[in-house]
Amino acid sequence: MTNSINEITGADFILACGTNTADCHPVISYKVNQAVRKGAQLVVVDPRVTDFAMTASEHLQLKPGTDIALFNGMMNVIISEGLWNKEFVENRTEGFEALKEAVAKYTPEYAAEITGVPADKIREVARAYAKAEKATILYTMGVTQHTCGTHNVFAVANLAMLCGQIGRESTGVNPLRGQNNVQGACDMGALPNVLTGYQSVTDPAVREKFGKAWNCTISEKPGLTVGEMMSAAAHGDIKAMFIMGENPVLSDADAGHVVEGLKKLDFLVVQDIFLTETAQYADVVLPAACFAEKDGTFTNTERRVQRVRKAVEPPGQALADWEIICRLATAMGYPMSYASPSEIMDEIAGLTPSYGGISFARLEEKGIQWPCPTPDHPGTPFLHAEKFSRGLGKFNPVEHVPPDEAPDAEYPFILSTGRRLYHYHTGTMTRKGMLGEFFPADYLEISCEDAERLGINDGDKVRVATRRGAMEIAAKVTDTVPKGVLFTSFHFAETPVNMLTNPKFDAIAKIPELKVCAARVEKA
Amino acid sequence: MALVTVTIDGQTVQVPAGTSVLDAARSIGIKIPALCHDPDLTPVGACRLCVVEIENMRNLPASCVTTCTEGMVIRTNTEKVIEARRTILELLIANHPLDCLTCEKSGSCLLQEYCYEYGVTSDIYAGEKHSYPIEDSNPFYLRDMNKCIVCGRCIRACEEIVGKSILDFAYRGFNTKVGPFMDTPIGESECVYCGSCVAVCPTGALTEKDMVGKGRKWEAKKVKTVCPYCGTGCTIDLNVKDGKVIGVTGNPDGDVNGRFLCVKGRFGYQFIHSDKRLKTPLIKKDGVFKEATWDEALGLVASKLKEVKEKSGPDSIGFLSSARCTNEENYLLNKFARAVVGTNNIDHCARL
Amino acid sequence: MQLVRAHILVCGGTGCTSSGSKQVQDVLAKELEKHKLDKEVKIVETGCHGFCEMGPLVIVYPEGTFYVRVQAEDVPEIVEEHLLKGRIVTRLLYKAPVTEEQIPAYKEINFYKKQLRVALRNCGSINPEVIQEYIARGGYESLEKVLFEMTPEQVIDEIKRSGLRGRGGGGFPTGLKWEFCRRSPGDMKYIICNADEGDPGAFMDRSVLEGDPHSVIEGMAIGAYAIGAREGYIYCRAEYPLAIKRLKIAISQAEELGLLGENILGSGFSFDLHIKEGAGAFVCGEETALMASIEGRRGMPRVRPPFPAQSGLWGKPSNINNVETFANVPVIIKRGAEWFASMGTEKSKGTKVFALTGKVNNTGLVEVPMGITLREIIFDIGGGIVGGKKYKGVQIGGPSGGCIPAHLVDTPVDYESLIEAGAMMGSGGLVVMDETTCMVDLARFFLNFTQSESCGKCTPCREGTKRMLEILTRICNGQGVPEDIETLERLGRVIKSTALCGLGNTAPNPVLSTLRYFRHEYEAHIFEKRCPAHVCSALLVYSIDEEKCIGCGRCLRACPAGAITGEKKEPHKIDPEKCIKCGSCFEKCKQEAIIRS
Repeated sequence: MTNSINEITGADFILACGTNTADCHPVISYKVNQAVRKGAQLVVVDPRVTDFAMTASEHLQLKPGTDIALFNGMMNVIISEGLWNKEFVENRTEGFEALKEAVAKYTPEYAAEITGVPADKIREVARAYAKAEKATILYTMGVTQHTCGTHNVFAVANLAMLCGQIGRESTGVNPLRGQNNVQGACDMGALPNVLTGYQSVTDPAVREKFGKAWNCTISEKPGLTVGEMMSAAAHGDIKAMFIMGENPVLSDADAGHVVEGLKKLDFLVVQDIFLTETAQYADVVLPAACFAEKDGTFTNTERRVQRVRKAVEPPGQALADWEIICRLATAMGYPMSYASPSEIMDEIAGLTPSYGGISFARLEEKGIQWPCPTPDHPGTPFLHAEKFSRGLGKFNPVEHVPPDEAPDAEYPFILSTGRRLYHYHTGTMTRKGMLGEFFPADYLEISCEDAERLGINDGDKVRVATRRGAMEIAAKVTDTVPKGVLFTSFHFAETPVNMLTNPKFDAIAKIPELKVCAARVEKA
Repeated sequence: MALVTVTIDGQTVQVPAGTSVLDAARSIGIKIPALCHDPDLTPVGACRLCVVEIENMRNLPASCVTTCTEGMVIRTNTEKVIEARRTILELLIANHPLDCLTCEKSGSCLLQEYCYEYGVTSDIYAGEKHSYPIEDSNPFYLRDMNKCIVCGRCIRACEEIVGKSILDFAYRGFNTKVGPFMDTPIGESECVYCGSCVAVCPTGALTEKDMVGKGRKWEAKKVKTVCPYCGTGCTIDLNVKDGKVIGVTGNPDGDVNGRFLCVKGRFGYQFIHSDKRLKTPLIKKDGVFKEATWDEALGLVASKLKEVKEKSGPDSIGFLSSARCTNEENYLLNKFARAVVGTNNIDHCARL
Repeated sequence: MQLVRAHILVCGGTGCTSSGSKQVQDVLAKELEKHKLDKEVKIVETGCHGFCEMGPLVIVYPEGTFYVRVQAEDVPEIVEEHLLKGRIVTRLLYKAPVTEEQIPAYKEINFYKKQLRVALRNCGSINPEVIQEYIARGGYESLEKVLFEMTPEQVIDEIKRSGLRGRGGGGFPTGLKWEFCRRSPGDMKYIICNADEGDPGAFMDRSVLEGDPHSVIEGMAIGAYAIGAREGYIYCRAEYPLAIKRLKIAISQAEELGLLGENILGSGFSFDLHIKEGAGAFVCGEETALMASIEGRRGMPRVRPPFPAQSGLWGKPSNINNVETFANVPVIIKRGAEWFASMGTEKSKGTKVFALTGKVNNTGLVEVPMGITLREIIFDIGGGIVGGKKYKGVQIGGPSGGCIPAHLVDTPVDYESLIEAGAMMGSGGLVVMDETTCMVDLARFFLNFTQSESCGKCTPCREGTKRMLEILTRICNGQGVPEDIETLERLGRVIKSTALCGLGNTAPNPVLSTLRYFRHEYEAHIFEKRCPAHVCSALLVYSIDEEKCIGCGRCLRACPAGAITGEKKEPHKIDPEKCIKCGSCFEKCKQEAIIRS
């Protein structure tokens, strides 16, 4: 997030795109509620009529995969009506002319044709966003999980810069991240192309710094993403894998392909708290401590580094992940030893400018939002106040590109995936106990119109299939999805929807198109 | 900001204009009891326990909803005020089960605390009491409306914080009761079980079901940590007794959330002590996992990784790090992949 | 306009309608037609005359002959005798209580003679469903006057100088209230009419709405102009279907004539009026609860400040007055503040409508100048106590009011004097009590009402009135204990000083005022287990005076419990173990031999 979660309450206009905030980030939806109670306007962009969308003053129910057309349409209105923030565009950005040219053809009528959102609604929302004193954009995977995911984000950023709705309190472009420490994992260099704090492996100075600190040579060749690794495994190029606390068999697109890759490996190590679907394929399984059993830090979606504290002992011989890694490194001939995670953080701070001022001592009372370069720096609630990281903000004009798979005669539906309020990711944590008891199985959302046509009643078992696989699941006949769209979550091993999803990914961010694939459904 | 000067029990204090009499008094350490007041919710002045005497005002105004004005002279402990507060407590107790011996809330119940303070020991009216069945229609929390003092905090939390507005008052007079639309069981309502109502309830009317019988409130050690679910990063307190997490509560000082959480954060902790947890390293032999020692398991992993690295090069090994693990652990796995094995093949499920 | 030789006014208020005035009207129309009088005699259905007890009322003009309790079968006689032959049907005339003198003319009846009808000026005289009749009586002239000749400030000043105070209970100066709202910043403001008349027994607002809806609409339009509102609501309880129907007719007729809506009379001032039906909660008469109810929320009062004038309906500055208050406004504008202020006392100007009821000969709605004494209302207008019984006191102001005992019968009726006597004006309920009224039972009745109508928001009102009611019930059942009086006083004191809204603050009044003036009755119940008024059945003992009993056996046959025994012509006996204290024997005995103590 460019801005902080609590700043949302101060916004007077909230554009929530592709986020079912009330179910996936409930506490953030509380902030939205508080802003709305103070008079803010909430506009939700989502193909589904979620409970969250129902609370909005406007719900733009666009066709899946048409976000760019919508945003370009809004920018077309803003430019043609002269509503853009001239001062901001003049002083803080570059590339405006190119943007103007690119969005020229996206008249509201043209955008309406692509998105299915009425032209007048596009106009109204565009005007309101541009005229708002403090408008903030929230988005999640509904924007990013497309083959044009990066371009979708560019479109969002273009819109915010065009109206100067960034770099101030309660504005900004705010991706709401879906996992407790996904921000931290990225910050910590658990990515193939960057080291900690997004320092690129292709930068010799960075390699030298880390090589020296770690007493090694850093490879200059960017590594493979998870999807690429699975393909490489299937091809025999990756021979061994070490998986810590992940369950790609359920979570990754085209899971059949993942299983194929895992099976082909010579050696697979899985380190986790449960014997997950992925761990079943392992040669060695290492028992790890869970969050309640260890010390450390998580970084949340607003870049706030916060302390995780040990409350209870791990079960049996389970050890904290950091301890296991240290022991393994030592066993590999690379002695690694830390008295506590606090020492590890000190090492991170020494190598990572944005974490430079962070230490466990400082985190004792309150979390700190990076960038926090020095021990006396208070942290940064919102980014881009004076300038963007690259200096001037660059408009990246983008064009609407349809999703990789379009519905056709054989697969006439669009299948989209997401989450449920009561579960988290692959259900390993939430299916134990009360939540599992309350929400024991998933269902496939299908519109009343489609269900009637196919003779499907609420609760019927249906078979849903795509070019990659098929599964059986109970149908829920509902108004939540529009005609032609199916939806379910990826939380349940019994209904492994990722056996069906399309692994085709975005060329830049390598994110798979989980929000759109062509599917067929019939009564089982 | 403009300041106003008021006198409370003879002490003069300056407070920002707009400050309530209650907050002004509490700011100088004067205790005023209040049941319906909650700093996170709109003040409503319903329980009337926080009444005070203010010069030139008729009646006894509720301090939580009375704004300080310049020169106001306030008395918080006159005979009249004490009589009113004690009477109100007696009235609440007259319609309250006096089962503090077994009540889950005992020790953190505001009604109990104030009755202790004001010496209210028993039901002096011996009149009608409600006898509603205890509501048990969901796995997360219990509703014992016999213990409800109709302060309306739950209603306001549901509306003002969560934005769901599931609850409101129903019926009139003595029979006034909090409930969902048409007073159906919660299980039939649109409730999302975030437990915010439970978090603000001052009595034992709303309690976390799983915590019943697990220990007294004062016995649980609260360990401040971060919620393990979505990226919001709510600060939670793990309530620990005898080495077990017996419940989760929101941490009032949390940067993002305060006391408010969602259903997963508040009620999704039972996996911690699940008997399905992995307790020893496992090595697969002939397709079957066998328990192993750490030395055996790590020795095998180290030798296998070395072997593959030597035979096929570091880039034939891939690492998946975890968005669930700590920064320190992600850092170490990153270091392990790049420094120990020598590959940049490290990723995690950031895109999912 | 068609000229006719006679008008027959038939009351169409709720009271007369329920006693058969519709049938009277139907038969009248047929009879007129039968006698070919339909061209020369015109029937006018009017609003309430206030003398509902005597209904259905029929008045024949030009003589002004006042017929009471007219039934359909009486109509042919009225037509044949009065209209054809010019002879008054004396048997249908009003008979004065005590003197039994028959009084033919409306104006000569004591019930009306001492009244001064300002708010009720048109009630009973015009057809409320025809706007032209209201206009013919000078209606909407005041609105025209303010729109073209006065600034909003001048209107407020006029109302302030008139001394008009809120007729809904609080008695807050109306002009001042308007001024607060006018001065409150905001581009959107609302004017609201409180027509949620909830006091048991009070029905003056209903009568105004049914009998003269335009006076309220005109008053609201004037108020809207003064405060700067362009939208208004009439919050009327759904239990008043006739009032709502007539309001709807009146609003649409006013809109048709350009007296409501966009650009009224071309003045540039616009005003839209909506009706919101209440669902019958007493508490919705409290202004903040009323606004919550309009907004679609549960009707519960909230703390003031902020006052409605600062933040009212939907958070906008709003002004609320009740029906009677608004009905006074057009006359004040028309006849001037000085005229209005010439009536009443120094601090209470004008008139007030009361719903006179209880143990009094003439019951109904009466409008009197402020400052008139209770004695004049009860004995002159009301015609004294029924059956010549002893006057005990009067409960004024409904459940929020209090009782004033017989020795204070010369108390002037104005806001201050009533408060001083421990009662309040309230909405103007006036229940007269005689020696057969038990004051503990009366207090219990009102507490039962306030407890079941408490909104439940604040502890003292919700829980406190419950316990007071339990104690009162116990006392009436003969189970009172000595501490009860002290507990009642303490609860009363705490509820009065700590309840959130005015309804809670005043809820203990019926108990506190009866304790103040009739403490001995409480004591008799508690210590002597005796109800001095012989009302509380649990405390009654029935026995037979052997001296008086002639052994006729009436009581024996009447007793449903078989508690009476005795031989014919011998004195009978009551078995107190079997007696269920129903009082049947007492009523049947012609010898007054049954002793009730």
